Amino acid sequence: MIQVDDLCVRYGAATALEGVSLSVARGEKVALIGANGAGKSTLLNALSGMVPKASGSIRVEGRLAHVPEGRQLFPDLTVEDNLSLGAYRGGEHNPAWIYELLPELGRLRRQRAGSLSGGQQQMVAIGRGLMARPDVIAIDEMSLGLAPIIVQQLASRLSELNAQSGLTLLLVEQSARVALALCERAYVLETGRIVAQGTSAELRDSPFVEAAYLGSPVGAAS
Amino acid sequence: MSAFLSYLIHGISLGCGFALIASGIIIIYRVTRVVNLAQGMFAVVAGFSAASVLDARVPHPLAELLAIAAAAVVGTLTGFVAIGKRGTSPQASLIATLGVGVLGYAVEVLIWGDQPRSFTGLLGSYELLGVDIAKQYLLIVPVTLFVFAGLELFFERTYAGKAMSACASNPYAAALQGIGVLRMGLYAFGLGGALGGVAGVLLTPLQPVSYDSDVSLFVNGFATAILAGLKRPVLALAGGLVLGVAESMVAGYAKASYQSSLALLLTLAILIAQAVRREALHTVEE
Repeated sequence: MIQVDDLCVRYGAATALEGVSLSVARGEKVALIGANGAGKSTLLNALSGMVPKASGSIRVEGRLAHVPEGRQLFPDLTVEDNLSLGAYRGGEHNPAWIYELLPELGRLRRQRAGSLSGGQQQMVAIGRGLMARPDVIAIDEMSLGLAPIIVQQLASRLSELNAQSGLTLLLVEQSARVALALCERAYVLETGRIVAQGTSAELRDSPFVEAAYLGSPVGAAS
Repeated sequence: MSAFLSYLIHGISLGCGFALIASGIIIIYRVTRVVNLAQGMFAVVAGFSAASVLDARVPHPLAELLAIAAAAVVGTLTGFVAIGKRGTSPQASLIATLGVGVLGYAVEVLIWGDQPRSFTGLLGSYELLGVDIAKQYLLIVPVTLFVFAGLELFFERTYAGKAMSACASNPYAAALQGIGVLRMGLYAFGLGGALGGVAGVLLTPLQPVSYDSDVSLFVNGFATAILAGLKRPVLALAGGLVLGVAESMVAGYAKASYQSSLALLLTLAILIAQAVRREALHTVEE
């Protein structure tokens, strides 16, 4: 589904990604974990063609929907307009089927997106991504700033979609706990390089990930 | 009473012209975040073009439509210069539009000379309560209403209009959805050019146009756009009418030369008021 080989991305003289390789198969749920500035968002932007690559190769089969960090809605437009613009590249503009999938959005359809709560905005952002009828949806920092219960709800919706329609998930998270709970496999990114990878269980047990991303179980905040 | 009525009607038609100029400024600003200082030039180009085309014996509505099309082309070209290079900041683009406006002077003088020109619009007049009202004044109002209804419909009801609004609302997110933000910006400049053109062909029969008419057109259009909060074109219609009638009254009862000072004073007052309010907000946040 996604095949990235030896990818390098530079912003002027600064190197954002160096020799990154990863692959995601159809129907998989994969996480990309890393701290702020590790290059996670840059990797997604490279996948969706928003930043040019310096070298290496990116192959995406089918349609990729990129749900960016910070939701990035159109705050002045209604929820309905936000959703319908998700289908700008083609397909049905009417978000009726999204309302069946995410009934909360149906109730908010006439509201301005900028007036919604963080959790609602994240749901609109995911709905807008789904409007493109993607084969793979890449979500950047879904859990950031949201209450754990809301994250839980969103995660279970995505798992259902994955189970029912084979939607491939690529989740980019600072919170390793959320990412490893939802995904089967993960990559760990540090200062532009992949420093660890494996199944969620393996990574949870790895002392390195434990120390850097999960923290000691006693008094862990995230 | 009859003097008041004629000032009022003059003010209303003047205000419609301001509103048309302002709607172009607002649409370009909404989509690209650029304040287009060349907006007055679009009206001037259309006024000159219509006069030339009519001299060449092209019949009436067609001549005006050709002139509006010419203004749309000039608008699109202005857009290329202002935002054509990726990564240009809105401030740099603003200066580029100023440059285009000055270049416009040279080109206009080269083509049409430095003397004011005009053409006859709708001939004849109606009499209302003892006041003669030229039909051209009355033509401006329905045309303006029609244009604004079209704009409102386009931005609020059509997918293309919403995609254009999305560019202004969040350019990064718009690009993520596959919306060509640069292309939309050029469309906005083209549309802005056409709207300036409509103002030009409607106003030129009332007051001859010369190469430097763009300054007063821009000042009035910008004051109207600011009055409308640079948000929705339809608000500019209200703003334009207020400003047009106020100016007409000042010109009629006080002195004609005070007329355009009013727009400048109004712009200044609104900008200062907004700056003060923003300052107050900052103070509260801190």
